[in-house]
Amino acid sequence: MNGNLVLPGMWRRIKLPPLRHTLTLFGAAIVSLAVFVAIFAPLLAPHNPFTQNLGNRLIPPLWMGGQLSHLLGTDQLGRDYFSRLIFGTRISIIIGVSTVIASGLIGITLGLLGGFYGGRIDDAVMFLITCRLSIPIILVALTVVAMVGSSLTIVILTLGLLLWDRFAVVARTATMQVRNLDYVAAAEAAGASRVHVLLREILPNIANHLIVVATLEMALAIMLEASLSFLGLGVPPPLPSWGLMIAEAKDYMFFSPWVIMIPGIALFVLVLGINLLGDGLRDLLGADRAQ
Amino acid sequence: MWLFFLRRLLLAILACMTVMVISFTLTRLSGNLAASIAGPNASAADIAIITKNYGLDRPLPVQFLDWARHAAEGDLGRSYLYHVPVWSLIRQRLPITLTLGLIAILMALAVSIPLGILAAAREGTIIDRAIMLIALIGQAMPNFWLGLVLIIFLALDLQWFPISGVDTWHGYILPAIVLAFSAVPALMRLTRSGMIEALAADYIRTARAKGLSRSKVILKHALRNAAMPVVAITAVQLGYMLGGSVVIEAVFALPGVGYLAWDSITKNDFPVVQAIVLFLALLYIALTLLADLVNALLDPRLRR
Repeated sequence: MNGNLVLPGMWRRIKLPPLRHTLTLFGAAIVSLAVFVAIFAPLLAPHNPFTQNLGNRLIPPLWMGGQLSHLLGTDQLGRDYFSRLIFGTRISIIIGVSTVIASGLIGITLGLLGGFYGGRIDDAVMFLITCRLSIPIILVALTVVAMVGSSLTIVILTLGLLLWDRFAVVARTATMQVRNLDYVAAAEAAGASRVHVLLREILPNIANHLIVVATLEMALAIMLEASLSFLGLGVPPPLPSWGLMIAEAKDYMFFSPWVIMIPGIALFVLVLGINLLGDGLRDLLGADRAQ
Repeated sequence: MWLFFLRRLLLAILACMTVMVISFTLTRLSGNLAASIAGPNASAADIAIITKNYGLDRPLPVQFLDWARHAAEGDLGRSYLYHVPVWSLIRQRLPITLTLGLIAILMALAVSIPLGILAAAREGTIIDRAIMLIALIGQAMPNFWLGLVLIIFLALDLQWFPISGVDTWHGYILPAIVLAFSAVPALMRLTRSGMIEALAADYIRTARAKGLSRSKVILKHALRNAAMPVVAITAVQLGYMLGGSVVIEAVFALPGVGYLAWDSITKNDFPVVQAIVLFLALLYIALTLLADLVNALLDPRLRR
């Protein structure tokens, strides 16, 4: 880039292209591991994550003087923390994937229509995006869950209805960019239907941008679920959502800080992994400019 | 210019009306509002009384129009729980949330603009990569968890700050840091990309060619052009912060608007919830409208 024109000198010499790919691979490894753990949770967990044992409350993790049978210790109800963490991965992954599917369907449909047709339809799409952006996400999600009742499905549907805006914005911009290219005109000249043009010609050509958005939204959905559960209006107990684990352990954090550290670090690492992967994909798929 | 202004204003007013419908609908999602207010142990007679007293037996469109007409006149209704006007509850707590939001946005700008400039000036180097990695880490940090961790280490162990409340100004620092953390990545990325674009422009080459110093070129010529999108996103981020401070206020037990909202949601105080959702949405709409106008004034190219 010409940016280096201004600042010559030693910094230009030190270029580290491999670092970026190392981080991308690192992110991919974290995400794969999380998906693997989520799928095989029942086989990997040493204990039942719901079984309470009041005689074994708040056992510290192994490295802090705990027991081999409870690697990460136990919580305030004597449930094995390692097993709860493993099943919590499952909840986070389910929330992340389902929310992205729901919000992607809404956002991509709107973005494709607005970007392709333009005019009044595009005005309507832009208006919907403006309205969606002005609604405070956490507050509205909390209200919906409080009104309708808390369950995994409700949280997924609520987040799906709230997180489609970035899909719509990116799909719309990207569609506008490819809309007037020759292959679209060729398909139309060949007599292809509108549906065919949108789904078979345009969608595959803007998919690289959408995949990057999907990673961002997945990370956001996982984070929001944790926040909602932390406030007591997300996934209901006794499900081992990481946010809920932090909320339940909050009263004990002054004497046993690890009870909030363990689920918090898990959440941090998973979200960081997804973001690193998304950042790497952005470079690899050349999805940089339309953002 | 006037056409742009009018179009933008019309869009904002339409958005306000839609948001009113949404915030009204939200609190009716449970199906039976009176039963939710009365609580699980209420008798059918209690529920009937509440239904009648709060006018919940009227058709929904009538209830909506009634609420909307009063809201337009500034009357947001009365709290079911405190039996005082909702607006007085919000007004009482607003200074805390606004103070928190302003401190946080200033902190975020103070961190993200210099780092963004530095990353852009050294684009592609290890410094740039390190700064972008910091942005990613900031993005991945769960803010409620960061709040708890800071409470354990800085408030409990080191006793630098109070654990909760805002009796003194000290109480604002930890929550503001946590809130600022969430805005830094976006602001930093935008400063960086804006600066990279600006530094590649011809007028920078000219400025350098006429012998201006490196720092002067970056700070005076490039930054001015890179600042615009940052102004716009700052308004948006401030809007997000005010909405997102629900979580932070709950963690630090700050008696602000967010805490009031959370409390009202858990206690079924619907007029308050409805009003706060509307209030925050209107605030966001106003902030983005303002940012758009400022940008249009700064950059004639945007006035389409």
